[in-house]
Amino acid sequence: MRRLLLLLAALVAAPAGAQVPPRLIADISQSRIDIVYTFAGAELLVFGAIQYPSGEAPEERPDIVMIVRGPPQSITVRKKNRVLGLWLNTDSVRFETAPSFYRAASTRPVEELVDEQMAAIYELSPEYLQLSPTGATDPAKISMFEDGLLETRRAALLYGSEPHGVDLVEKILYRARIDIPAAVPVGTYTVEVHLIDEGEVVASTTRTIDVEKSGFERDIYVAAQQESLSYGILAVSLALLLGWGASAIVRR
Amino acid sequence: MDIYLPIAELSVNGLVIVLLGLGVGLMSGLFGVGGGFLTTPLLMFYGIPPAVAVASSATQVTGSSVSGAMAHWRRGGVDIRMGAVLVVGGVIGAGIGSIIFRALQKIGQIDVTITLIYVTFLTLVGLSMLIETVRTLRRQASGAKPAKMKRHNRLIAALPGRMRFRAAGLYISPLAPLIIGVVVGILTFVMGIGGGLIMVPILIYILGMSVSTVVGTSLFQIVFTTAAITLLHAVQSKTVDIVLAALLLVGGVLGAQLGARIAMNLPPEKLRMALAILVLIVAGRLLVGLTWTPTNLYTVQLAG
Repeated sequence: MRRLLLLLAALVAAPAGAQVPPRLIADISQSRIDIVYTFAGAELLVFGAIQYPSGEAPEERPDIVMIVRGPPQSITVRKKNRVLGLWLNTDSVRFETAPSFYRAASTRPVEELVDEQMAAIYELSPEYLQLSPTGATDPAKISMFEDGLLETRRAALLYGSEPHGVDLVEKILYRARIDIPAAVPVGTYTVEVHLIDEGEVVASTTRTIDVEKSGFERDIYVAAQQESLSYGILAVSLALLLGWGASAIVRR
Repeated sequence: MDIYLPIAELSVNGLVIVLLGLGVGLMSGLFGVGGGFLTTPLLMFYGIPPAVAVASSATQVTGSSVSGAMAHWRRGGVDIRMGAVLVVGGVIGAGIGSIIFRALQKIGQIDVTITLIYVTFLTLVGLSMLIETVRTLRRQASGAKPAKMKRHNRLIAALPGRMRFRAAGLYISPLAPLIIGVVVGILTFVMGIGGGLIMVPILIYILGMSVSTVVGTSLFQIVFTTAAITLLHAVQSKTVDIVLAALLLVGGVLGAQLGARIAMNLPPEKLRMALAILVLIVAGRLLVGLTWTPTNLYTVQLAG
């Protein structure tokens, strides 16, 4: 709430000027997401304001597109085909820069806001992601595998778009809720907010958010990565102890 | 009760996992097997990544086998020498298994291979067990004496360097159990099972080991081999999820004790028949799963 007030104060103090493009101010409800043992997903609130140089909001309703994006990954997408009655992986395409997480929200469907070229430059919705495919040259095949990737990640709640997910208040304040599922990859996420006017991106701003394992979860993960032998010995000891303990208790 | 698994990187219902462990433990206590053949497919079915399911299930098998192994040990039911040879073979097999596992993972055929090996082995083991028990039950009904088992296998007798395995009642080349250990070790690594289901019939029917020491020796081998495999997975693929394993173990060890108690009051032949049927059901379900048209034809794998 306090942040919101500060933000409003900044708005009021904004100097008036001609021909200067509007400015976007953005903030996130939290600057990091801690994955602890009870983590079952999170909800991010991205909010902010449009600062008009004239100090007055325009006649038309402004349009906002917001993107939350996880660190890029290099991945292989495989496709199953029926071989002798069994479904086997037979074909694959590698993508070098697929975001591990991608969710977009906008005031209106992106197709109504910009043309395809603009949508592709700013990657304004999952269909326009630039995935850098390798290992295949046939455009039809690449596009088929891209669709497969989007479908798979949508089903896992890792990709998505909300064509009416951004709410506007008085053409100045905007906000959107972005769901972060439990199976979210860790890393530094970016939150991009774009102001769109007559098919052009007129203002943009970016925030980052850290998604990290924390506390016990982090200790376990770090131990497994760095002290893998001790970690393995610990796992075996735990198994032996529990197995032996249970039999000792039951025998009494 | 949602619990986030730090290695599997997803949130599961802790209670479901504990109950799953309990159910599998019950089976393992009831039938005297490790239960890995149930844990791994069930975990994968629940959405745990196959690599994590296999590794963590190996850890669980260690825990659920140790009390059984100790019980057999106390009454002299373990042939240490035989067990040691099997463990050496098992560790070698695990090493080979890890190479195969990585190669298959790279070409994207690991899931289907795991499933096919499961189907093949469970069908073979289930069928032979079923035939065997039906025969025994018939024999018992007609009052005939059991047929004498053949004590010598020509192939095994031809192997060089014989050794005496006293408790097992064998005088054979250690190469035979070593090879068996290697084969079971590979399967253990790739499938996340203890291998008792495969090991016990091989020891009885191929090596001709005395029945009183077979289960104890097999459990002894399972404890050490799965412990070694847990270490291998931990160091190499880093896919042992200790939280998942602990949840499985809590249910598993209790279930195993409970199952062992129930088993004491049940006729062993009927138990074996029930196990054979269960094994065949699992195999059938897995096979059907391979032939059904998947809802999503695509899978995404991180490039390493």
